[in-house]
Amino acid sequence: MSEADALVSRLGSLAALLRAQGSRVGVGELLDAHRALRVVDCSSREDSRLALRTVLCSGRSDMERFDRAFDAVFGAERGTADADRADPLAELGAVTRSVLPRAAIPASDPAQQVAERSAIPAAWSDLELLRHKDFAQYSDAEMVVARELMARLARRGPTRLSRRTRPVRRRRGHTPDVRRVLRASLRTGGEPVQRHWRAPTRRSRPVVLVCDVSGSMTPYARMLLQYLHASVAARRRVEAFAFGTRLTRITNELAGRDHDRALARAADAVADFSGGTRIGAALAELNRLHGRRVGRGAVIVILSDGWDRGEPGVLEAEMARLRRSAHRLVWLNPLAAHPDFEPLTRGMRAAVPHTDELLAGNSIASLEELACILEEI
Amino acid sequence: MTFAELRSVEAASDALAAESYLADRPLALAVHLAIVLEQPLLLEGEAGVGKTEVARALATGTGSRLIRLQCHEGMDLHHAVYDWDYARQLLALRAAEAGTGPGGETELFSRRFLLRRPLLEALESEDPVVLLIDEIDRADDEFEAFLLEFLSDFAVTIPELGTITGRQRPVVILTSNRTRELHDALKRRCLYHWIDYPSPERERAILHARIPGVPESIAARVVAAVGRLRDHGDLYKLPGVGETLVWAQALLALGSEGDLDQTLGAALKVHEDVVRVRERKVLEGV
Repeated sequence: MSEADALVSRLGSLAALLRAQGSRVGVGELLDAHRALRVVDCSSREDSRLALRTVLCSGRSDMERFDRAFDAVFGAERGTADADRADPLAELGAVTRSVLPRAAIPASDPAQQVAERSAIPAAWSDLELLRHKDFAQYSDAEMVVARELMARLARRGPTRLSRRTRPVRRRRGHTPDVRRVLRASLRTGGEPVQRHWRAPTRRSRPVVLVCDVSGSMTPYARMLLQYLHASVAARRRVEAFAFGTRLTRITNELAGRDHDRALARAADAVADFSGGTRIGAALAELNRLHGRRVGRGAVIVILSDGWDRGEPGVLEAEMARLRRSAHRLVWLNPLAAHPDFEPLTRGMRAAVPHTDELLAGNSIASLEELACILEEI
Repeated sequence: MTFAELRSVEAASDALAAESYLADRPLALAVHLAIVLEQPLLLEGEAGVGKTEVARALATGTGSRLIRLQCHEGMDLHHAVYDWDYARQLLALRAAEAGTGPGGETELFSRRFLLRRPLLEALESEDPVVLLIDEIDRADDEFEAFLLEFLSDFAVTIPELGTITGRQRPVVILTSNRTRELHDALKRRCLYHWIDYPSPERERAILHARIPGVPESIAARVVAAVGRLRDHGDLYKLPGVGETLVWAQALLALGSEGDLDQTLGAALKVHEDVVRVRERKVLEGV
């Protein structure tokens, strides 16, 4: 094999490795990679690496994948052991996971199951019952039935006026469409007889969903993640996060049509599923690392029971900050469904003054309530 | 130095340095590739790391024209490419009525009444051009879709005039603040580079290059202080290179009375951050 052939096959395997890790590298990028290598000093490992990286990466998340793939194909340089690059937090996550107490899904009461079986209503009222049933009581079959309801709910979300305009019939307050008026006036000898107007369109307002997946939320987490998935799939500009002790962005994991795979990917990405809760720390991360995505004009929905085991004071400060940068802040607490519920836990006491709405979020009906509120925003 | 002379990474780096923009090697290489491969370069990075400055320095350094398109929401063809001068068109119509000028549709929609916006300007320019499409993440999806087309064939179609093709491919630099994820298709048309915060040595060099005459004592102090703030990890907004420059200028202006703590507002713009830094004495000993 000639040297050129060897390079072609190497670049081929580099592209294949990147693709295997989820990057989008097509033939076009591969051709660009060849052209790029021709214009840099190929004998320099560093220059070739940088050139290939510039061409083959199209986002910051690609860069880590690229470094791994590059080392795998062209051999790791001495002194840059993989250990340096690996995210130390990933390991911490595994440790935390094994140490932290785990709460299991409460074993469903056999008596209750019998009761369930005895009530077999017709299809319509079946759904009607499901609407008010607490997520924690759902059977697997009901989860599947609820999926369709959720998908329908998730399509409803907040909108806002856009700066983009479209032609409309005359209404008060709209701006004249000079271009069309002029066009029309050509027909009437320059006299603007026919007038045209433009009005702003509406577009979807960004929504940020932050879901608590710690131990105490386990009975609800599955259904709420399903709602997150449905929202990401149904609407534009939705960001999804999950947190226990740490915050994980799961928007990309939840994207895609395959429902089960998306949920599995999200569960994999969240290192501390069913672990402890540090809501304050998680929101701090949201404010700092994702402030730009979250900020200005977004509706933020936090789905959590408010059992915060982090430092007191942190949650309060971070909620205040979040409230100031968001358009609206909604808190969904499954415990709030209980008629005697009072926001007395330390976490809820700190959070409630900064929320615009406190809803239950324990059943389809309460998610409907959320959808209504979102639409009004 | 013209684009044709920028034949190596070092030349690109030198051209930027001549305009007091000290690029590290990865950035210089990305710029070099953008010129040689004639592909748009997408720059991302935290606020204030000098994304926009790259285009400005490159334009001045190569003696080419900088044409800037500042993106905003709802931007459409008439903001970005062309528009018609309606007022003059109406006047011309009236004049035609009075029999003193041309007034037919072809005359009204001719180049006489065409307003060139940045993208058309870049296409028709005689001189070499650096086209800066700033903060592309602020524009909406519809504009992104149009841009995609524009960047792949460097031609625009004006219904009344026909298709206009560029004389040369301008060097295109896009910047994004990542307020939202850009469309994959657009990203794939572009080369990509993430601008990181500079190392302390480089940041000191940048200070000396941008503020001639700044004493090393001030430069070293400010760079050390900014480094501490960035490492602190508990701040809402980290200071960028722009803030470092302003901070050094503030200390320089105050002379011997200059104090890091008093001028903290040059670097931190969030009240909680300022309070936190003072409470925890982050800057102690700098």
